[in-house]
Amino acid sequence: MPAATENIITVKDLVKKFGSFVANDHLTFEVKRGEIFGFLGANGAGKTTAIKILCGLSYPTSGKMSVAGFDIYTQREKVKKNIGYMSQRFSLYDDLTVYENIRFYGGIYGLRRKEIDTRTHALMQRLGFESARDKLIRDIPLGWKQKLAFSVAILHNPKIVFLDEPTGGVDPITRRQFWDMIYEAAHEGITVFVTTHYMDEAEYCDRVSIMVDGRIAALDTPDNLKKQFGTFSMNEVFIKLARA
Amino acid sequence: MRTILFIIQKEFLQVFRNKSMLPIIFILPIVQLIILVNAATYEMKNIRVSVVDLDLSGTSRKLVSKFQGSPFYLLKNSSFSYKEAENKMKQGKIDMILQIPMGFEKKLLTESHANVQFVINAINGQSAGLTNAYSTMILLDYNREVLIENANPSMLGGLRSIQTDYSYWYNPKLNYKTYMVPGILVLLVTIIGLLLSGMNIVREMEIGTIEQINVTPINKIQFIAGKLIPFWIIGMFELAFGLSVGKLLFNIPMEGNLGLIFLSASVYLFVILSFGLLISTITHTQQQAMLVSFFFMVVFILMSGLFTSIESMPKWAQNLDRLNPVMYFIKIMRMVLLKGSGFADISPHFWSLVVYAGCSLSLAILRYRKVS
Repeated sequence: MPAATENIITVKDLVKKFGSFVANDHLTFEVKRGEIFGFLGANGAGKTTAIKILCGLSYPTSGKMSVAGFDIYTQREKVKKNIGYMSQRFSLYDDLTVYENIRFYGGIYGLRRKEIDTRTHALMQRLGFESARDKLIRDIPLGWKQKLAFSVAILHNPKIVFLDEPTGGVDPITRRQFWDMIYEAAHEGITVFVTTHYMDEAEYCDRVSIMVDGRIAALDTPDNLKKQFGTFSMNEVFIKLARA
Repeated sequence: MRTILFIIQKEFLQVFRNKSMLPIIFILPIVQLIILVNAATYEMKNIRVSVVDLDLSGTSRKLVSKFQGSPFYLLKNSSFSYKEAENKMKQGKIDMILQIPMGFEKKLLTESHANVQFVINAINGQSAGLTNAYSTMILLDYNREVLIENANPSMLGGLRSIQTDYSYWYNPKLNYKTYMVPGILVLLVTIIGLLLSGMNIVREMEIGTIEQINVTPINKIQFIAGKLIPFWIIGMFELAFGLSVGKLLFNIPMEGNLGLIFLSASVYLFVILSFGLLISTITHTQQQAMLVSFFFMVVFILMSGLFTSIESMPKWAQNLDRLNPVMYFIKIMRMVLLKGSGFADISPHFWSLVVYAGCSLSLAILRYRKVS
């Protein structure tokens, strides 16, 4: 999908230190409105740290950042209204039903009860979850939970959704379906910022950045990266970069 | 406001979906009242006495039978050797030795005074004091009988004495249960409130949902209010339920205005709940939160005046106790329920709770951070 030229996330010289450890070392990049931006890197490369800073969950040490047009330091609450977030850790309430979870998150984003009900209905139909509406989250399969967590993260129609390793521990078919959902969201105009370990998923992104040891080692479209490194798959690109 | 309602709704769903919660809310108060109120008593019964009667006279036997006749004593392991009795005490088989020396009767009749000895196990100072007081009473009673029996008119003249009549106010029958129930109810509300709130935020941290909440535009005050209000309602309900059980089972007096009790409870619960939330924000796991809650609970309860009198604590401890919210509420409960005190009487305690609630609530709000 052709991305617009307007930047929706701009990051300049983002630094995050934990004591003497530098988790993010002068990250600079932009994400364009409507694109699927892959944020790749090995474990501990600093992806989650960066995503938490952009979501307003963690303070940066220094750097200039704006998300959805709002400054990360001074307009934190406005940023939060315009983003959705799905964390690495599972984020729905185990002891509440599918519907109760949707109602709760919809409610704290300020949706009206009527609106919540219509959206829940539409969502259940789209996902084919009608039978699971009143089941406790702990009783539904992991793949369903992941899809639901994603749907809840975009329930309030945010401008950007941050996905932190959304497909961890999920089977290939569910992963494929999950990516269909991501495309659909992007098609509706939501910018997707996604981290992953799976290099086949990197191929689905409009552009990817690859982080190595807290720095961005490469940033381009998957095709350009493959050309640049003279390889046939993102997997090889990644290994070449990580070993360097 | 709507946001708060959504949080309250969710908290209630979670509390009542937790299968161990309903028994805790309904059975705990009944069990606690029945067991604690009946078990935690200062009344002494069955003091085990070993008599070492070396006189074996009519007079000494009469004295022994006085002890035998009292419901408080249980005569055990009587012997003629003080050493043997002492050994029994060391083994923990008796609580007191009554030794009557040889020649007791003779001395009493000829010299008109004689000595007996009480040896009391004073490991527990309080019960030793009571044992001593009971025994002295029996001896005095016996003394009077001896005097009358062997009286000559001139001695009777010296018997004129001042009689003291007692009337016990506020708890005329000296019913210990009446005194305990209001305090135990405070305990109940404290435990439920502190545990529910102490576990709450930290639980969301453990399962990771707190992050999801922190990326939403919800603000601190909405969040804390949404967390406090459900537990506040449960706490108030718990107190009402406990009071009814106390009335039904123990017929505790309710001299004062119940509205005053609930007014104080509403403030007290804010203290306890914000304390719990504060603990929740400084710990990382439910286990840690549980341990910290227990630490405070034990100190607060032991120093609350529930079991021991605050007035007999050392001065520094009494000053320290001003930081103890449990103490204030127990005082208010006892004053209002037993004495029928009005607002003016309890106002120093009440305002202390208000200040306490204000401080702990602001601390909890300050400590809760959406951004790390």
